[in-house]
Amino acid sequence: MSDFSVIAATPRQKWIAGSLVVLYAVITILPLVWIVATGFKSPADAIAYPPKVVFEPTLEGYVNLFTTRSRATPETLETLGPPDSWYDRIVRQYGMVISGPSRYGERFLNSVIIGFGSTFLSVFLGTLAAYAFSRFKVPLKDDLLFFILSTRMMPPIAVAIPIFLMFRTLGLSDTHLGMILLYTAVNISLSVWLLKGFIDEIPREYEEAALIDGYTRFQAFRKVVLPQAATGIASTAIFCLIFAWNEYAFAVLLTSGTAQTAPPFIPTIIGVGKDWPAVAAGTTLFLIPVMVFTIMLRKHLLRGITFGAVRK
Amino acid sequence: MTQTPIERAAAATPPAIVTRVKGISDRTLAWIFVAPTIFLLLAINIFPLIWTIRLSLTNYRANRTNAEVEWVGLRNYERILTDGDIWHSMQATAHFLIWTIVLQVLIGFTLAYLINKKFKGNDLWTTIIVLPMMLSPAVVGNFWTFLYQPQIGLFNYVVSFFSGVDPSSFSMIGSVNLAPWAIVIVDTWMWTPFVMLICLAGLRSIPDYIYEAAAIDRASPWRQFWTITVPMVLPFLMLAVLFRGIENFKMFDMVTLLTGGGPGSTTELTSITLKREAFEKWRTGYSSAYAIILFVTVFGLASIYVKALNKVKER
Repeated sequence: MSDFSVIAATPRQKWIAGSLVVLYAVITILPLVWIVATGFKSPADAIAYPPKVVFEPTLEGYVNLFTTRSRATPETLETLGPPDSWYDRIVRQYGMVISGPSRYGERFLNSVIIGFGSTFLSVFLGTLAAYAFSRFKVPLKDDLLFFILSTRMMPPIAVAIPIFLMFRTLGLSDTHLGMILLYTAVNISLSVWLLKGFIDEIPREYEEAALIDGYTRFQAFRKVVLPQAATGIASTAIFCLIFAWNEYAFAVLLTSGTAQTAPPFIPTIIGVGKDWPAVAAGTTLFLIPVMVFTIMLRKHLLRGITFGAVRK
Repeated sequence: MTQTPIERAAAATPPAIVTRVKGISDRTLAWIFVAPTIFLLLAINIFPLIWTIRLSLTNYRANRTNAEVEWVGLRNYERILTDGDIWHSMQATAHFLIWTIVLQVLIGFTLAYLINKKFKGNDLWTTIIVLPMMLSPAVVGNFWTFLYQPQIGLFNYVVSFFSGVDPSSFSMIGSVNLAPWAIVIVDTWMWTPFVMLICLAGLRSIPDYIYEAAAIDRASPWRQFWTITVPMVLPFLMLAVLFRGIENFKMFDMVTLLTGGGPGSTTELTSITLKREAFEKWRTGYSSAYAIILFVTVFGLASIYVKALNKVKER
């Protein structure tokens, strides 16, 4: 904005605008802060009335999240001797003993495997397709691009019926491979559209120079275009990862055990005991990676969420 | 031996390049690059879609694979379109769609307008505001059930703090009157930043000189707002509405975990009905027809809307 601008806000306007935005930001972040805080409360503090703002932090929620516990009689506890670790001590307070790890770790790991697997595949395939759409004359190009986008309009539950049957026939139900393929198919539209935008922005002259230097088309793609598109590829990858990470509908319908990801699992943590701190702890651990990625991506955020329609 | 520069250059060029077959042609390469994507989409999107259409003409039930499958023609479609329950869930969806869009547009645009005043630290606050949008809707729905708890929930506490109502006297997700608003509030909390970001891009795309010219013409700020700001941001805003519209028409995860469609069926959006029919009642044929109707509806509405959007852009 130039110094002579007649539209620059006055300091007073800026101050009012700033305080309103800060007020909104504080309100909007409050639920998240509350969940993170609840993860460090004791079960009693979590359901206290009025809600406790000041409390003694404890790792009980996290211990309960990662373990399964069983009640033990005082005599059994007696025979066990003193607790041998800090988490043992927390559990013993309630007359319980740790009987094993919970499934949270596994489900989290599934989310990581399926997330990274499908991200790699959709970015890999998406880059190839986006390059072709950006640089070559592909017959019916616009129709194909629209077709790719339109696959995103389907309600997931609508496609889930035949995919459920298909996976059952092929033995892909509740497998990592099945989920990776499925998320790849869902993400590929985003990947192709975003990457096409990024590759369109790389001047063709670089490749043409490389072709004149004797590179084949493929070499030019690999050695000239790919390094140039690195930022775009990285941000596309993060968007795909976030989607796969967050996805619930397919996960809850198509997985139940071995390949179940964290989103369908987290709501089941609550169980009968209404263990809110454990749920909050599981939620916190699950949301933190996405928050970090969002902050990293903030420059490309708009582009990612609009499939490249708004570039700023 | 004397050489012309051209001959020298020719001699310096490695023979490999001269003799190398130019590799595969661009045309072939284009196909090799595009084919895997198209193949994957055909296998996991189009093939299932065709299968859904086929199933929608039968009375197949996925939990009784041995039962005889009968062709019922268009009877499933007929039953859906004449069934009152469908219109009920369509109404619930419409309520959810309309109110989330209205609130998100109003709040999102206002925020973008304020952020565009470029006060100190606006980048930091924008980043904070944007956070909820990227979180898993399912996990968000799940943790809002905690915030909505009567008595102990933060939401009820804050409301009672400002209004004096007893926090245990109302339950956002348990009451027939409040539940439709409970899902609107969470969706608005989550997605207002999306509309805000798009509006911000729109506001930033307006060049200063237009305002300067208007100021010279002595147009009042109010008039400038309605004749410059709003029309210039409108295409962006409409795009945001398109995205939110499609997404919320498909809404499943957040609402399932927040209210599960209840109480009764007050928040049973179309996707939730579909899930119940398909995976709880196992009426596969019937629900396939329902899925096709939904898909056609969203596709049709989106196409009409995109036409309108293009008209606005042309102006």
